[in-house]
Amino acid sequence: MQLPPHLNKLLLLAALTLFTAGAATAKDIKLLNVSYDPTRELYQDFNVAFAKHWQTKTGDKVTVQQSHGGSGKQARSVIDGLEADVVTLALAYDIDAIAEKGRLLPKDWQSRLPHNSAPYTSTIVFLVRKGNPKGIKDWSDLVKRGVGIIPANPKTSGAARWTYLAAWGYALKQNNGDEARAREFVAKFYQNVPVFDTGARGATTTFIQRGIGDVLVGWENEAFLALKEQPKGGYELVVPSVSILAEPPVTFVDKVVKRRGTTDVAKGYLDYLYSDEGQEIAARNYYRPRSAAVAAKFADKFPKLQLFTIDEVFGGWQQATKAHFADGGHFDQIQRR
Amino acid sequence: MAENRFRVLPGFGLTMGFTLCYLSVLVLVPVGGLFLRTFSLSWADFWRLATTDRALAAYQLTFGASLAAAVINAVFGTLLAWVLVRYDFPGRRFIDALVDFPFALPTAVAGLTLANLFAENGWLGQFLVPLGIKGAFTPLGVVIALTFVGMPFVVRTLQPVLENLDRDVEEAAATLGAGRLRTFLSVIAPTLLPPVMTGFALAFARAIGEYGSIVFISGNLPMKTEIAPYLIVIRLEEYDYTGAMALAVVLLVISFALLAVINVLEQWANRFAK
Amino acid sequence: MAAIPKRQLTAGQRKSQRGTEESPFVKWLLITVALLFSLVFLLLPLVNVFAQAFAKGFTVYWDALKHPNTLSAMKLTLLVTAICVPLNVLFGLAAAWAITKFEFRGKSLLVTLIDLPFSVSPVVAGLMFVVLFGLQGYFGEWLADREIRIIFAVPGIVLATLFVTFPFVARELIPIMQAAGSDQEQSALTLGANGWQTFWYVTLPSVKMGLLYGTILCIARCVGEFGAVSVVSGHITGKTDTVPLHVEKLYNEYQGAAAFAVASILALGALLTLGLKTWLEWREAKLEGLGQQAEAEVRP
Repeated sequence: MQLPPHLNKLLLLAALTLFTAGAATAKDIKLLNVSYDPTRELYQDFNVAFAKHWQTKTGDKVTVQQSHGGSGKQARSVIDGLEADVVTLALAYDIDAIAEKGRLLPKDWQSRLPHNSAPYTSTIVFLVRKGNPKGIKDWSDLVKRGVGIIPANPKTSGAARWTYLAAWGYALKQNNGDEARAREFVAKFYQNVPVFDTGARGATTTFIQRGIGDVLVGWENEAFLALKEQPKGGYELVVPSVSILAEPPVTFVDKVVKRRGTTDVAKGYLDYLYSDEGQEIAARNYYRPRSAAVAAKFADKFPKLQLFTIDEVFGGWQQATKAHFADGGHFDQIQRR
Repeated sequence: MAENRFRVLPGFGLTMGFTLCYLSVLVLVPVGGLFLRTFSLSWADFWRLATTDRALAAYQLTFGASLAAAVINAVFGTLLAWVLVRYDFPGRRFIDALVDFPFALPTAVAGLTLANLFAENGWLGQFLVPLGIKGAFTPLGVVIALTFVGMPFVVRTLQPVLENLDRDVEEAAATLGAGRLRTFLSVIAPTLLPPVMTGFALAFARAIGEYGSIVFISGNLPMKTEIAPYLIVIRLEEYDYTGAMALAVVLLVISFALLAVINVLEQWANRFAK
Repeated sequence: MAAIPKRQLTAGQRKSQRGTEESPFVKWLLITVALLFSLVFLLLPLVNVFAQAFAKGFTVYWDALKHPNTLSAMKLTLLVTAICVPLNVLFGLAAAWAITKFEFRGKSLLVTLIDLPFSVSPVVAGLMFVVLFGLQGYFGEWLADREIRIIFAVPGIVLATLFVTFPFVARELIPIMQAAGSDQEQSALTLGANGWQTFWYVTLPSVKMGLLYGTILCIARCVGEFGAVSVVSGHITGKTDTVPLHVEKLYNEYQGAAAFAVASILALGALLTLGLKTWLEWREAKLEGLGQQAEAEVRP
């Protein structure tokens, strides 16, 4: 069988391209940090600082690659084989899923690092349009008729789950722990939602760039960042009387670091988050630092409000998920009406 | 077309072999894998997962909006094809070339721009929203995106037929005293029907599978503006693999059935055209 | 979607149609509606992409384009396209040859299977490959043990793109080759040409416009695929982001103008391919016209 000359060349070219694609692997240390949406700016800064720190400490050159997306989507990718050395996600529940469904790390991962493995915290606040035309001051103002709330979708977004739980926790506090009244409140809250984005970042975009809704409810760090990015955009921060202490956890993925031989650098990366430099970078990127010293330094930057934790009010992520976000849970029932 | 093929033409083994190998690797094995996964479910479980309220709402939107978009495309696509073939006007060639634009433009970009155009502060939205026409983040937005994506199909299937249309018949009808409308309805329309149907079916099939443009323009509200493929993504993000697979299998089966119908339609159109 | 070159009507032909034309009012009404429709659905989206891209000035536009992450996304997209298009062209030719030149059982099933990716949601397409090659999938463990990366790496992106784009060439060629029949090929064979020569010198020239159109559609879809690639890419910045994914990412990073700047490159690419296609069609039509003219002159 004789091939015409043009076709021969074409096949050769295709084979060559395939070959070069397969051979493109580099030698220096590469770390992959799979993270959630609003940490883009934080890790851009942090990765540079860490690379410098690691080089002076060990002489090795580290390049940290980033992948961002909705927290649940990112966890799913890791379960399906995305080779993350470290994961820095929005919820402990998502890392639990990696431990459970992917069996890539031990179930007690959260006790491996200080502060529930959450080196920085955040909370849920409101962003309103200039002059606060709807007069929003606290959670109770959000359920009023005619207020458009932009949270993200609690089924897919970490921020949205924290938001949902914050609203629920607020209502519980207002009604002396009456579950039914809390549910009523949260149902009203979600009736005021015109658009559900999958992720926190999408919600911010909807609110700011598309001009939809009156209040953006989400990460404090995201709200600060939005204010910084839109200096003349005309938005105001509104801090509610009470909110949830959101603890975005970090950890290394045992199976991956073992296979890739990156255990030390991955651990070093996470430890550096707890160092003074790491804490300051977090604070500069609007995440509340854990270190008391750094917190004191940035004290005037973060508004003061009463914060409750998920363990106090909901008994931890597993229980909260089962009761609220699983199929047929409270959130589904609210949506169905 | 000769019905009796002579086996003298070479290359059947080679081309058929290559075709089947390629199809196996890319289609049969992956589709089979997906089905095999769902077989681990009992029929009752599968049915429950595939027909939740939310899933039903998503199917309804996916198929309803696809149908609406395909109908819009059938009507306006026919009109556009007619105008492009029959009339001469400034910019005709430009528009003719531009008809393929939705094929060539990445769908994500299409979704972004359409959302931008129809949002409250967009070029079109600022006029339409006060009139109560909300083109972004509503079911209407889904229809708009799908109309854009499927637009070239009807135009491109119809154009060659219109060009080859025998004008003598029209003239004969006119000579016999038929009015223009009557000529159109009784002489031209029957010839155009098969290609319009094919174009309609293609636009419909394409719309059912569309994802990239819709996620940007629909707003993705569960039960309201959430399409079926998006629900699959959400199920995956909730670690509900079996739920995602059940939905995927339903969509696959419907797509396959739809394509089979289209192929029958096309054969019918071919016979009709002869 | 058949790409039959458009034939320009000559002045003589136009004059003879007077009796079969609509009244000017109807005609201009139809033209107006058609123009309005194409304005909203074709022109405005196109213009909007560029308007948004330049909204923050040329510097922002240029910076977005020359950013290393944009460049690496472009490189990846080009690589994926360079692998997928030749393979799909090859497949399209083989499938069209087998389907149109021979009779066999299950032909319509085969045609339907070829069409399948066309209406299967890209998300489902991506999911299928995750089911096969993902860590929890059938071959996941096996591949992981051997350090072979398919999902969340270039091969996965290539596979997903191949799946989504493989019908385009075949779909264009089948009707054209069916209409052409196989008489010419048989004559060539009778005259002593071998199979490859017949294919190369007889079949290929007769289907070249369809092949071109199919290839263009295939390229466009390869470059622009979003849903399927999004499922299998892993979104590692600068590594597994294709251009459309990068656009989404930029958009999510509050860089609306940059996102549209990169999108405008995609739109520009779309316009260029459309321009190229129109020009080739025009040239073809002209050649054909010349041929017909010559034929007419030869005949008394």
